[in-house]
Parts: sequence; structure tokens; C-alpha cells
Amino acid sequence: MLIYNYMVVHSKSHQKADRLFHALADTTRRDILMRSLQGEHSVSTLASFYPMSFAAVQKHVAVLERAELVTKRRRGREQMVRGDVATVLYTVGLLAQIETVWRSRLDRFAEILMENR
Amino acid sequence: MTITSVDKDLKALTMTITAQFNAPIERVWEMWENPRLLERWWGPPTYPATVVDHDLSPGGGVSYFMTGPEGDGPHGWWRIVAVDAPRRLEFESGLADDLGEPKIDMPTMMVRVDFDEGAGGDTRMVIVTAFPSLEAMEQMLSMGMEEGSRSAVAQIDDIL
Repeated sequence: MLIYNYMVVHSKSHQKADRLFHALADTTRRDILMRSLQGEHSVSTLASFYPMSFAAVQKHVAVLERAELVTKRRRGREQMVRGDVATVLYTVGLLAQIETVWRSRLDRFAEILMENR
Repeated sequence: MTITSVDKDLKALTMTITAQFNAPIERVWEMWENPRLLERWWGPPTYPATVVDHDLSPGGGVSYFMTGPEGDGPHGWWRIVAVDAPRRLEFESGLADDLGEPKIDMPTMMVRVDFDEGAGGDTRMVIVTAFPSLEAMEQMLSMGMEEGSRSAVAQIDDIL
């Protein structure tokens, strides 16, 4: 709840978050992102990994770029794609918080189990 | 209780947490099956959960709401996907409006819980939580505990 309220108040952040969530909602784009974080790839190399056209992969890369998840630069005739570490760190942070939620639940869970022995 | 492992899959947005309890499987299952017990551990003390409807049969579901310090709090729902008492429970979970109706435009998450009793009478519980997107993770944090949400806000601030 807090997050959504916060986002509505800060509309610029809101738009940025929308682009981020949209970009990460797709399996292919998540895969492109993970590959781009491991190293710089050309769009044509990335395209070879998926059963879809070069243009389709290029569109996915553009969505990731607008969400500031990857950056693109020219190298000769090729467009090189590299991942942005900050967003991955953000994902790691979210997963760490999910872990905290479950750990707290399990602590309470265990306490109640013990009192009814 | 011991948490024996926590595995996070960054690519699949999945977390698997394994806990071991010194209790028979029926008692561990009861913690999910009995709504009065479930609501005592689901929400944090500052946002306690109240379970309204509770039916763990396939096609059934759970509806609940949480109550914050100012009387506000999210409403949530589960839709039971698969159940095999007392060994397995699988459900979809999401946010609801104030009347308990699922918000259809909101992302949901999948939770699968497997229970397994060992030879020594201990029970192992494996919880797999899977998210379709980061937005769904944000949502779970907003339904989970306010501490998590607060630090999420701080992180968004840092990164955006």
C-alpha cells in the first residue's frame, strides 16, 4: 500500500516504475537482461538465442533500454547491449525483503506450534 | 524450528524456503488449515490478519484483510489450485478491494507448500513463492509486512 501511495504522489517515479515493471513482465526480456548482465552482446547475437525475428528482439531491447535496464552503444555496424547493474541489485533487494517476510511468518508459525504442544 | 535453506532464483523470480519443525505433519498442516491459527502468523503483530472466508478445497479460497495502526490495511485473497492434505497446498494469491473482491488488474503470485514427515517425527515444509514480475513482488511486500514496504520505498528512492 505504502509503495503505491508513494508512487502516485511522485508521478515521475511512477512512470519510471511502470516502464520498469512492464519491461520485466516478459520472459524473453528477462532472459535478454540476464545475458546482458553477464556480458556485452550485439543485438544480432541476442537474436540468435530466440525463435523470433531480429526486429522482434530489437523491440524487446528497446523496451529494456527505455526502462533503463540496459544501455546500447554502436560498435561498427553492430549495436552492443549491456545490462544495468542497479536494477538487478534492486531485484536482489526485493527478494531479500520477501525472505524477511517469510522468515518473520515462520518465526510466528513456530511459536504458535510450540505453545500448543 | 530451523530454516534449512533459502534459494532465490533471480531469473525466474522464485524463492524456495525450507523449514524443519519438531512437530508431526498434521499439526504443521493445521497451521494453514485452521483460519484462527493462520491469522495469528500470516500478518505481523502491527498489521494482524483477519481471515473472513477459508476453504482449502480445490476451487475454494481464502479471503482476509489486515488491520494497520490507523485502521487501514490491504485485503487479500487466495485461490486454491491444488490440495492434498496434509502433504501439499498450492494457491494463487493477490490483492482484493475493500469488499474482498479480487482486483483483476493486479498481478498475482503463486505459492506452493509441500509437507513431509521424517522418520524422527519432524516435519519439513518447503514453500515456493513465484512472481510473474517485480510488481508482483512489490505487491507481496505491501501485503506482507510494513517493515518490508518501508525499506522498499527507501530503495525505490535510491534507484529511481
